[in-house]
Amino acid sequence: MIVVVALVVLLGVLAIGAWLIILERRLLALWQDRYGPNRAGPFGLAQIVADMVKIFFKEDWVPPFADKVPFILAPGVIIATVLLSFAVVPFSPLFTVSRLNVGLLFFLGVSSLGVYSVILGGWASNSKYSLLGGIRGIVQMLSYEVFMGLSVVGVVMLAGSFDLSDIVRAQRGLWFFIPQILGFVIFFIGGIAVTHRIPFDLPEAENELVAGFHTEYSGMKFGMFYVGEYVGVVLISAMTVALFFGGWLGPFLPPLVWFLLKTFLFMCVFILVRAALPRPRYDQLLAFGWKLLLPLSLANIVLTAAIYLAAKG
Amino acid sequence: MFSILRSIWGVLLHTFAKRETVLYPEELPYLPPRARARIVLTRDPDGQERCVACNLCAAACPVDCISLQAAEDEAGRRYPSFFRINFSRCIACGFCEEACPTYAIQLTPDFELSERKRKDLVYEKEDLLIDGTGKYHGYNFYRQSGLAIRGKGKGEGDQENPPVDIRALHDPR
Repeated sequence: MIVVVALVVLLGVLAIGAWLIILERRLLALWQDRYGPNRAGPFGLAQIVADMVKIFFKEDWVPPFADKVPFILAPGVIIATVLLSFAVVPFSPLFTVSRLNVGLLFFLGVSSLGVYSVILGGWASNSKYSLLGGIRGIVQMLSYEVFMGLSVVGVVMLAGSFDLSDIVRAQRGLWFFIPQILGFVIFFIGGIAVTHRIPFDLPEAENELVAGFHTEYSGMKFGMFYVGEYVGVVLISAMTVALFFGGWLGPFLPPLVWFLLKTFLFMCVFILVRAALPRPRYDQLLAFGWKLLLPLSLANIVLTAAIYLAAKG
Repeated sequence: MFSILRSIWGVLLHTFAKRETVLYPEELPYLPPRARARIVLTRDPDGQERCVACNLCAAACPVDCISLQAAEDEAGRRYPSFFRINFSRCIACGFCEEACPTYAIQLTPDFELSERKRKDLVYEKEDLLIDGTGKYHGYNFYRQSGLAIRGKGKGEGDQENPPVDIRALHDPR
């Protein structure tokens, strides 16, 4: 049973991640008053199949100046860590790969490991753009992981558990984004930064760094970085739903459908933010994190704790 | 902070905006009648080839996609023995049409040139010649010019006087 669930989650998440690329291209086109890819299959959905076939048949080239083993290892790391995090995502009461009592900590820990793919890829490429992108990636991901971790402390206090299923059940009366609006905003901003999406895509800022840490990658190894990023978007959307928007809770429809609908909505928000906002300068990014988000998330913890204790009497 | 939210909202409003893209094969854009694309060779009102193989179009062509060979028939009319346009090179600039002294070479609005093989885009004279006169209906080069061909001597063209007899002693007028 658990093997079947795990397989369904693995394949389903990879398929959603791949189709998210099409969704993003169509939505970006919609917001830029164009159509985007709409030829292959209904609504252009088969475009990703064509892209996959193309990318599989591309030459799998390792530059002669690269450090071979970490170079080949790096794209696998990002896929592995992101997919591992899905083990604790509570899709529905029955449909969860594993109910860890430290599920939230597991998610934070494993998704932090994803930074290794950025540093390994940037370092092993042995090129200056990759290295600069890798350095930016580490600093950004490590600092924003801090605020992400701190922003969910309020949720854990309200739910009284690290188990994600328990956290969802604790939201039966009131979804946590209302008492924890600050935590939600910080978590979502941190999520954008950790998946290094626009406006926080400084590790791969194409105007300055060609493609950042994956400049030297081609073929399916590049494809794995790419799909890894999109699966990361799915992961952050799913976690946002589970932590702040009541997970599978909702009237009429089955729980799994509610969870997927809410996740889809947040995937669209990711794309909307990308469509609307420019990229900040690197020092602005770090100043924003450490001077604004860190005090805010600490204040959020203190306030939540104070109100929680006062309410408990 | 407010400006960030405002720009996100502004982009979201574009969900309901009209899309600019013209979905080409299903939806054909309007092309003006003088739009420049595929080149044709026209005939004069009598059905004869207009081209006199002067090579001016080939000389004017900035991408050298026109090549032709001049010949002369027994009536004294010049014509191209072959006329070849490589449409994979043609940039539809229309310089050949401007250079042409006889209105023979003309550009049409048909732009849908695509082939599986590149050499299928090389058009020969048979592919280029059309039956009509194109944009200029009444014009016939040999009726306008002073050139003598069989059936038309010097001075018999339209708006032309007979040649002056330089040996005559008096002013012929």
